[in-house]
Amino acid sequence: MAERAQTLSTKHLLGIKDLTAKDIELIFETADTFKDVLNRPIKKVPSLRDVTIANVFFENSTRTRLSFELAQKRLSADTINFAASSSSVSKGETLIDTVNNILSMKVDMIVMRHPYAGAGIFLSKHVSAQIVNAGDGAHEHPTQALLDAFSIREKYGEVRGKKIAIIGDVLHSRVALSNILCLKKLGAEVMVCGPSTLIPKFIRTLDVRVEHDLIRALNWCDVANMLRIQLERQDIKYFPSLREYSMMYGLNKQILNSLEKEIVVMHPGPINRGVEITSDVADSKQSIILDQVENGVAIRMAVLYLLASQRN
Amino acid sequence: MQNLTLLDGPKFQITIQRLCHQLIENHDLFTNSVIIGIQPRGIFLAKRIIDELEKKLPKAKIKGGNLDITFFRDDFRRKDNLVPSPTQINFFIEGKKVILVDDVLWTGRTIRAAMDALLAFGRPAKVELLTLVDRRYSRHLPIEADYIGIKVDTIDSQKVVVSWKETDKEDKVILLSEK
Repeated sequence: MAERAQTLSTKHLLGIKDLTAKDIELIFETADTFKDVLNRPIKKVPSLRDVTIANVFFENSTRTRLSFELAQKRLSADTINFAASSSSVSKGETLIDTVNNILSMKVDMIVMRHPYAGAGIFLSKHVSAQIVNAGDGAHEHPTQALLDAFSIREKYGEVRGKKIAIIGDVLHSRVALSNILCLKKLGAEVMVCGPSTLIPKFIRTLDVRVEHDLIRALNWCDVANMLRIQLERQDIKYFPSLREYSMMYGLNKQILNSLEKEIVVMHPGPINRGVEITSDVADSKQSIILDQVENGVAIRMAVLYLLASQRN
Repeated sequence: MQNLTLLDGPKFQITIQRLCHQLIENHDLFTNSVIIGIQPRGIFLAKRIIDELEKKLPKAKIKGGNLDITFFRDDFRRKDNLVPSPTQINFFIEGKKVILVDDVLWTGRTIRAAMDALLAFGRPAKVELLTLVDRRYSRHLPIEADYIGIKVDTIDSQKVVVSWKETDKEDKVILLSEK
């Protein structure tokens, strides 16, 4: 039997940047088994019954928060939820104080989403709990990248050698950066595509192709990962109008059918139907958007399980 | 490390045959019985038993499966047996007689976890345990096997290793002792 990594090389999951290709493979292998568990009549295992996890969300989320919570419950962990909007953060409490207060109630792990890049890294240096980054500003969203790559692996058998185009608002997207890092580590080819105002300059240092023409990008790739236009993060105008953006970079059925080969369409959600992707594409056979959500629970179970095994 | 062979050659085969006959005594044609091997090492014994039973009972269709117990262990974080193996149980065990199969019965903790894991697939009518090697007097839990290949007296620092023709070239049970 081939030598397998038995444990992750990191204590926290702050970003894909800290993971090795072996770590990612270990997470995928573990997630395979959890996916199997999730299809049983009793979808629960007792592994984490002595672990308490706090979900600390300083930013809105539907999928990620529900997916993490479900993953924790399937592993029999105790969970508490915290949303900044309904907490004492609005009274002026600092991040470290807030988290230390949660930890003094004997919490072992923190799953955190925060609007500022690096919030998880900062926290990991100042508190004793294990930190899982559930999205920090426009920096990283590691579990999303893992579940995206896992979904590609499920569809094609492997990620190595596949061509993935990440299309849309790359500048404001934490999904884009984590995806690029993860896919490159697994040996895929990556292209980013979007209007030049939404492609950050640093992207060239990551060894990815840059393309500004949607059709050329789609004809090149095996998988198109369509990103949402993050209007809430855009403090200035990056393109003249949403209508113009969707005419230039929106994926519709007509374009999809005109391509030289059949490609797979992904979207990290939430979808702005009619902007970056039309309804008939999002709901088509080529779309694996809902598979991504399903795989999200298995991937998060694997991450929490492997991290929890490192305690003491 | 000192090696002592406990079982090999014709005697190994006779032991397997005896276990099969004991199973047939209690389960007839296995119409309501299933055989489940415990991952990772019990699956080879389960496979061998099923193959031998099918030779003896050409009419019987014996259902077999593999059960992984990694997530049900009570030594999570105390040992490095993290990475799971696949579970394959493609049938309902509700109301069935289940024969759990593992190569070595030692502390009984694996079997405790296996019984826990098994319940995720339904409520069996009965659960029995078959083991090739019973390391007696070393149980941590009140668990005993229904079918036993050989009984051996061992101390904690010793290790019992079962190797199989299919994967390790030879059918053999070895006792490893330190020094």
